[in-house]
Amino acid sequence: MTAHEIGVFVFILIAGTLGTDIWRWLGVFGGKQLSEESEALIWVRSVATALVAGVIASQVLYPGGVLAGTPVALRIGAAAAGFAVFLLLKKNMFVGIAASLVVLAGGLYWLGI
Amino acid sequence: MTDMLAERSRSYWFVQGMKGLFSLPGFILMSAFVGFTALAFQSGLTRGEATFLTFFVWALPSQMIVVGAISSGMGVLAAFLAVSLASIRMTPMVAALVPEIREKKTSSALLIFLSHFVAITAWVYTLKKVQDIPREGRLAFFAGLGITLTLVNTAIVFSLYGVVSQLPPIAAGTLYFLTPMYFVMSIWESARQPVIYWALALGIIVAPASHYVAPQIDMLVTGLVAGTFAYVIDRSRRRRAS
Repeated sequence: MTAHEIGVFVFILIAGTLGTDIWRWLGVFGGKQLSEESEALIWVRSVATALVAGVIASQVLYPGGVLAGTPVALRIGAAAAGFAVFLLLKKNMFVGIAASLVVLAGGLYWLGI
Repeated sequence: MTDMLAERSRSYWFVQGMKGLFSLPGFILMSAFVGFTALAFQSGLTRGEATFLTFFVWALPSQMIVVGAISSGMGVLAAFLAVSLASIRMTPMVAALVPEIREKKTSSALLIFLSHFVAITAWVYTLKKVQDIPREGRLAFFAGLGITLTLVNTAIVFSLYGVVSQLPPIAAGTLYFLTPMYFVMSIWESARQPVIYWALALGIIVAPASHYVAPQIDMLVTGLVAGTFAYVIDRSRRRRAS
């Protein structure tokens, strides 16, 4: 059942709230057995990171709204430029994010959007 | 008398927690929620939906997944699984926090209620400050911090939604980009284990293939395939090292 079929608010409560809060509640009652260093948790962390990375990639590759009709090369270029600046400046997030937004805004302006 | 003093000190520590809003991590989080507001608007969520999502989920990765799931027409069960896979990390986080902030008489119901406000910013901040706070003030400190962060950012989403929807296209498009860039850099920056770098890179590479092969459940496929692959690479690296 999609959000369209069951309603967005119900969808948020089931997928979002329950999908997140269940794990918080488990932590209140003895999540102590779950060691930070256990193999299972390393796998979980790896899957969680890859999942979020996939969401990030989708936001850049298949955006909604204004960016939907823009060239994918511009979006990838802006993201790559920002990330390169971030790495070059010893993980400076603020400048890295600013760099990618400036490249994107410049490109959009040049395209006449 | 001692009870009165304890009461006074609890409200004092609650207020101290609230002040965490004006810390650097607090400001970074608020900027991220400005970007999230743009993302939610451009992905087709209404103001009410975006506000509701922020308060009742209160975890940016989960919120991004839900927004993606709604706009791509993902089924609720698959979305629940995707959010769960991204949220299992909450269990050890909460489990590490609870012994630090609870008192003997603290009820489980109160802890369950307050656990909703555990997200990375409040968690890191509380664990950093907790050693300098007397035991009877710790729960109040966390509550003040967590509830304030949640309510203020919910208010940001509610009030900026109107602003974001009126922006000229260049500004709106650029603001949308804030969320993915914030996330990719904060994951990289906070990585404590090499497996995170592998998972991040492989997730980005595998995503277009999953989108092509299984558009309805692409997030789940990317997470399980790229995440497992990254884990296997990392484990063989660790075995070789030891």
